[in-house]
Amino acid sequence: MFAYYLDLALHSLRRNKVLTTLMVLALALGIGATITTLTVLKLLSGDPLPQKSTQLFYPQLDPYPKDQPFSRSGKKLPWLMSYVDAMNLLHARKAERQAVMAMSEVKVTPQAQDGKPFYAHGVMTTADFFPMFDAPFQYGAGWASADDESREQVVVIAGFLNDKLFGGANSVGRTIHIDDRDFRIIGVLRPWAPQPRFYALHLSGRNYGMGDAVFMPLLSARADGMTPSTVMSYGPGSDMQHLETAPSIWLGLWVQLSSTDEASAYKLFLGNYAQQQVALGRFQLSRVALSDLMSWLHNEQVVPDDVRLQAGLAFGFLLICVVNTVGLLLAKCLRRSREIGVRRALGASRGAIFAQFMVEAGIVGVAGGVLGLGFAELGLWGIRHQPAQYASLAHLDLSMFLFTFVVALVSSLIAGLLPAWRACVVAPAPQLKAA
Amino acid sequence: MQIRPILAALRRHRLATMLVALEIALACAVLCNACFLIANRVALLHVVSGVDETALATVQLTGYEDSHAVDLNARVLAGLRSIPGMQSVSVLNSIPFGARRGTAGITLDMAGQHFGGVVEFYVGGPGSMQALGLHVTSGRAPQVDDFRTFEGLMPTDASVQITRSLAEHLWPGTDPLGKDFWLDKWHYRVVGVIDHLVRPDPSNWQGDSKDWSIFVPALPGKYLAGSYLLRADPKDISRVLRDARTTIAKIAPDAVFDEEGSKTLSDLRTDSFRQDRAMVGMLVGVIIALLLVTALGIVGLVSFWVAQRRKQIGIRRAIGATRADILNYFQTENFLIVTFGIVLGMLLAFALNLLLMKHYELPRLPLYYLPIGALILWGLGQLAVLGPALRAAAVPPVVATRSV
Repeated sequence: MFAYYLDLALHSLRRNKVLTTLMVLALALGIGATITTLTVLKLLSGDPLPQKSTQLFYPQLDPYPKDQPFSRSGKKLPWLMSYVDAMNLLHARKAERQAVMAMSEVKVTPQAQDGKPFYAHGVMTTADFFPMFDAPFQYGAGWASADDESREQVVVIAGFLNDKLFGGANSVGRTIHIDDRDFRIIGVLRPWAPQPRFYALHLSGRNYGMGDAVFMPLLSARADGMTPSTVMSYGPGSDMQHLETAPSIWLGLWVQLSSTDEASAYKLFLGNYAQQQVALGRFQLSRVALSDLMSWLHNEQVVPDDVRLQAGLAFGFLLICVVNTVGLLLAKCLRRSREIGVRRALGASRGAIFAQFMVEAGIVGVAGGVLGLGFAELGLWGIRHQPAQYASLAHLDLSMFLFTFVVALVSSLIAGLLPAWRACVVAPAPQLKAA
Repeated sequence: MQIRPILAALRRHRLATMLVALEIALACAVLCNACFLIANRVALLHVVSGVDETALATVQLTGYEDSHAVDLNARVLAGLRSIPGMQSVSVLNSIPFGARRGTAGITLDMAGQHFGGVVEFYVGGPGSMQALGLHVTSGRAPQVDDFRTFEGLMPTDASVQITRSLAEHLWPGTDPLGKDFWLDKWHYRVVGVIDHLVRPDPSNWQGDSKDWSIFVPALPGKYLAGSYLLRADPKDISRVLRDARTTIAKIAPDAVFDEEGSKTLSDLRTDSFRQDRAMVGMLVGVIIALLLVTALGIVGLVSFWVAQRRKQIGIRRAIGATRADILNYFQTENFLIVTFGIVLGMLLAFALNLLLMKHYELPRLPLYYLPIGALILWGLGQLAVLGPALRAAAVPPVVATRSV
């Protein structure tokens, strides 16, 4: 029966080519716009570390001091931590793994004679950063916690920097000139760039794009005078040279907690720590938060407003296209009342008529999906030429490819429901009489 | 033209009528809000900077030792001034549409209880204010004594110029001259009001707060270095900037020339609004596609109606209706349906605007967008219906006598 309906539908679609083209084109435009914006939205709101994200947590404190008027930060907790608190929590070692971090723009000077110095994205962090975030090493390894405390001048560099400076050779043991100081390379990463760059949220303005170039132990980088990209001060006496004692927040702390029990235990520890600080007279309030990776990204609305707006707009457009398709399909099927009357008189059931028209709508949907896929590729090509951090990442993956056809089929079948129902309730007798 | 027979006919096609009206309503809602978004972005693209953009460029240097800053300033200022065609070179920490180095919250009292707002401090050396081309509308421009050396972010006590919109915000309706404000414990006194001076990042600020800037005079030194403002004739500015790059390579090999940050102000302006321009392009594209799809929908449905009513049209023609009458009938019918859609669409437009206001920083949709949207949709409807209606008018009266 399906083959027969298919044949009937194709015949009917061929009979009115202009109307069919209009329907397919309108639906394809709506689908193309929707898939383009959804691909970008999915890309930007994706899970940066799918295998690990449920175990990673971001603690927050309110370091506002007791002797100051009430905090201006409002209901939301400050994004970052002061050096004192971050180090206290780091040294407490209450989590399986923990690392503090800050971003810094660093000057890299190639050793070659004619090498011009250039700026690169740097991360100042502590030993657990690499195992906690599953950063993959091509050569060597990260540093140990002892190296943090002894302020070793060591560095882990990204693969692309290794390619640029050493032609991709194993550079472990060689030195690299960062901010006019010598650092010994102890590890080279494979290409590694989680999207979004969750660990740098609020630490630098870059939430998407290429990975960082150099990773240095926080204490030695600070001893060499490197400054974090983001410093927020909540009291007088802030000075970039003495950030460790200043009333400033400039560090992010991440902890790895493998189970929900561990997470609730850590939350308790965090609460106790804050209360202790209130008792000591350091803090005004003892409020704390512990968010897992995905809720942290979600709460901080890492996806740009424009992208969400575009997705909403595209859905509105698809809705209009679907309503349009309903209208055109309805016109088509009502015009064929007589044909339906004949089929009904010859014994076709209402269900058969319904199925026939749904198949016709489905064909329009599949055609719209194929053409819509073309529009989506065109749209993504346009996005890749936009001046956005995430531009180069915009590609259609297999799941979105399949999703295109799901959207196309579902929207066309929804559009087909009303016309098909109208078609199957046509009373055969008057139609035959008119003929 | 009688409306009653049209309404009677429409009542027999309730479903199709509702569909067209619904499509018009959705189009109206999206159209009004998309136009409003476009208008907001376009206003941003045309923000008044208050500075002579076409005559200005900036050179940004980084990577030098702090202890060399004073020496670097001297070398760069002298070196760049020797470039032919250069009118002036001065030091300025933040650059309109460029580097942002002085964003801070100010208070109107020393105790820090009365918050004034987050503003941009432009800390500039001698000559930078004239180079920018700022207009002092009341009070005075900085004098020689106002430029002092300082340590840290900016001078801790200074006589400053503020923009008119900031003055209006801080002290509405009163003369801002002689007023004081504080940044933490640092104290500033207003001695002049300037017409406009846009923030380095106007995209991130709403309304008048794009223009909340303060000019702080200061002497170049360890803490004011590496960020230079170049002024030349607009015809020469690109060439002067190219020459500046080669000169810097010679006179300051120890510093890194920031390629991204060192541009003419016109280029920086273009760069900083690129995202907004892309968004405007996308919105215009959506509107065009939307109107096209809506028009095609109307064409399709009306064509169907015309085909269905061929015989009735023939009868009407046979009993005396002119072609104009038939044309009029379909036009009026379309006008009625579109009007119904627009009424529904205005409600939807407001609902959509409320939703957008809740999730994005967007003002309320001004009422005048609704009649404009209505006019566009009426026009669109009439245009779309014209083709099928003309075909209807061309139906010959003889059709009435045929049986099919």
